[in-house]
Amino acid sequence: MTEIAIPRLKLEHIYKSFPGVQAVSDVSLNVYGHQILALVGENGAGKSTLMNIVNGVVPLDSGKIYLDGQLVSIPSPRRALELGITMIHQELALIPELTVGQNIFLGREPRRWGIGVDWKRLYAQAQRELDRLGIEVSAQATIADLSIAQRQLVEIAKALSYNARLIALDEPTSSLTSRETDTLFRLVRSLREEGVALIYISHRLEEVFELADRIAVMRDGHLVAVGNASEFTPAEVVRLMVGRELAEFFPKVPAKRGEPVLKAVNLKAGREVRGVSLELHRGEIVGLAGLVGSGRTNVARLLFGADRLEGGEIWFEGRQVHLRSPQDAIRLGIGLVPEDRKAQGLFAGQSVRYNAGAGLIQRLSRWGFIRFQAVNRIVRELVERLRVRTPHLNQKVRNLSGGNQQKVIIARWLGLNPRVLILDEPTRGVDVGAKAEIHALMSELAAQGMAILMISSELPEILGVSDRILVMREGRIVAELSREEATQDRIMQAATGQL
Amino acid sequence: MLNGNHSSSFISFLRRTSTYLILLVILVWFALLSPEFLTVGNLLTIALQTSLVALVAIGMTLTIITGGIDLSVGSVAALSGALAAGLATRGGLGTYPGLLIGLLTGLGMGFLNGAMIVWGRIPPFVATLASMAIARGLTLVYTQGRPIAGLDKTFTFWGGQGALGIPVPVWVLIVVAFLAYFLLKHTPLGLHIYAVGGGEETTRLAGVNVGLVKFSVYLISGLCAALSGLILTARLWSAQPNIGVGLELDAIAAAVLGGTSLAGGVGGIPGTLAGAFIIGVLSNGLNLLEMPSYNQQVVKGMVFILAVMLDYFIKQRQAKPKGNPAD
Repeated sequence: MTEIAIPRLKLEHIYKSFPGVQAVSDVSLNVYGHQILALVGENGAGKSTLMNIVNGVVPLDSGKIYLDGQLVSIPSPRRALELGITMIHQELALIPELTVGQNIFLGREPRRWGIGVDWKRLYAQAQRELDRLGIEVSAQATIADLSIAQRQLVEIAKALSYNARLIALDEPTSSLTSRETDTLFRLVRSLREEGVALIYISHRLEEVFELADRIAVMRDGHLVAVGNASEFTPAEVVRLMVGRELAEFFPKVPAKRGEPVLKAVNLKAGREVRGVSLELHRGEIVGLAGLVGSGRTNVARLLFGADRLEGGEIWFEGRQVHLRSPQDAIRLGIGLVPEDRKAQGLFAGQSVRYNAGAGLIQRLSRWGFIRFQAVNRIVRELVERLRVRTPHLNQKVRNLSGGNQQKVIIARWLGLNPRVLILDEPTRGVDVGAKAEIHALMSELAAQGMAILMISSELPEILGVSDRILVMREGRIVAELSREEATQDRIMQAATGQL
Repeated sequence: MLNGNHSSSFISFLRRTSTYLILLVILVWFALLSPEFLTVGNLLTIALQTSLVALVAIGMTLTIITGGIDLSVGSVAALSGALAAGLATRGGLGTYPGLLIGLLTGLGMGFLNGAMIVWGRIPPFVATLASMAIARGLTLVYTQGRPIAGLDKTFTFWGGQGALGIPVPVWVLIVVAFLAYFLLKHTPLGLHIYAVGGGEETTRLAGVNVGLVKFSVYLISGLCAALSGLILTARLWSAQPNIGVGLELDAIAAAVLGGTSLAGGVGGIPGTLAGAFIIGVLSNGLNLLEMPSYNQQVVKGMVFILAVMLDYFIKQRQAKPKGNPAD
């Protein structure tokens, strides 16, 4: 390039503090059209705050924002949209009860006679937008009927329909299968060709290196490094993010496999589970891989008594058991850390103490009264053992980072000393440092004799943590691989059926 | 489980029409049990009796779709009726200024609700519970707890017989229902009412003035309550300070029977009308069968539970084949 390009977005000395935290501190950063900038950092590093400033969601304390060389102020999300700045949030910002077209044009519906909505034009325009991007979704479909991946693509169509010049994507692939991820990447790259400036936020470094032209690393509110992607190695980026060396992404303590604890024989439930048999042994971590929708979560829920079994048997320590409810499973010593932390795992508005102690309360009650001292003592021990970073036990769980929330859920189970722990996507949306800690904890628990079943969509995680790997496809287990024989390719081949 | 697409489309048909089917079943049932039931005169009586609840239920539906609720409607109806009657008669303002002030009273209470909810950030349940007490109290203060009689013909016209032999309140209901339907289905405000109930933050981020949307629904609900109060006053030939007690519960029941979700984001006017008519037909039919009114309450409560359970059952049947969207 010979000409010196004017950056699409130029941030100068941006500062933002919240009570007690300097969330963003002296950040200056350029984002160019025709480029993908990956913004990486641990949770709490300030990425989200920075993006919220650019999108007019939170006001900045000081600093300047230039768009195509012009000084702008962005006091509201509406203003950001008018300027062509859009953000695709990690938690999808679509209204499930409305149709695709209604969502895309929400707040700027085409009018007829000044008062009515021109539905015909709205749906025609929405469909054109979808078709142009090659998104195979009807504009009249209701969002609730779409898959997560389809919703993500609709979000992008919505963003683009604002004539976006700058799009920020926050963890867009966290719930996509690898095939859906490919579709998304194609779309992102074609947007780059069209000249859009893209900011891509992700914890998955493989994606960052696959997509990004430039990488910016944030830590503790500061921008600690920025440069062309080719100037970095993944190890370097991790070091910059956490500010310390991580010996290995997935430290693995080889476990001694003990006697079998939980055995499932030919489990069946609806279309999702069509005959699954598996066995978990003391001391081992079994990875359950497969595409989203292959039935992994359903198997986990069956083993936990959360869904009704339509066929098959579950054996626990040598005798057959009938799990009619999660209570039955918990009584036996089976725990589940669910996939959807916020909806199924946490009492978000309650304290760390309440969340970590919730499982203990019944066990530690005497004559119907909760023995708070005993609960407190155990919760304090667990919080220390798992190194949950919280100012105090009365902190609301929703104010913790994703990694610490996950640790609180695990702490709740550990208080019950389970024999079997099932973890469904335990590190989704969790930053690198906390992820390594959760993995280390899993290894430690296995070494103490717990049987662990881990569901994950991240192949490096599956490969790094598991002693044995099961692969599911269309409701069945289609492959069993030992730690030694497993590779990303073999798992993917089994999961997609391309043998 | 039933098999194939055939049954799931049948279930989705049931899902969309369950309220109307229940109404139909009840109609047929009473028609078989009582010969007087299916006469033009009786059907008009049902329509007249239902119009009061239905008017309030229309406003209520809008507030519930946004994820809110309006508990003040019964008291607002009483206050509007009392002020209108009082000012028209002993206040000496005349009927039309009195009626106008009655409607403005409804808007005023709607404004109070909106202000508490939007500016004061008070949860709708609590805010409208408070205004329910305030409006009832003001009514009792103004009337000294006694009826206000002496309404002239222009006032009582609104409770009487109208064109084509159809009572005026029913005409009012038809007009209001049509306007509300158009508002919900064909205007940006209507779309935004659904959007706020489906996801308030998302709607705000899309650049919609969420506060204005909420204000609108409470204003409309107040207006609907006032209309209902004025019509009831006209029908009774006097303002009674204790009218509309429990009206909010009938209105909520009508909306919920009609498929409006208390969680917000879902609902509509046709369903609410059907819901209101289920309540109206039940009262009428049970009266014709000479069931004592105390017993009627028990039956109504049980029908309500059955209808909601049926709706829930159908919803589950329909949702199940889709499985867990996340995996």
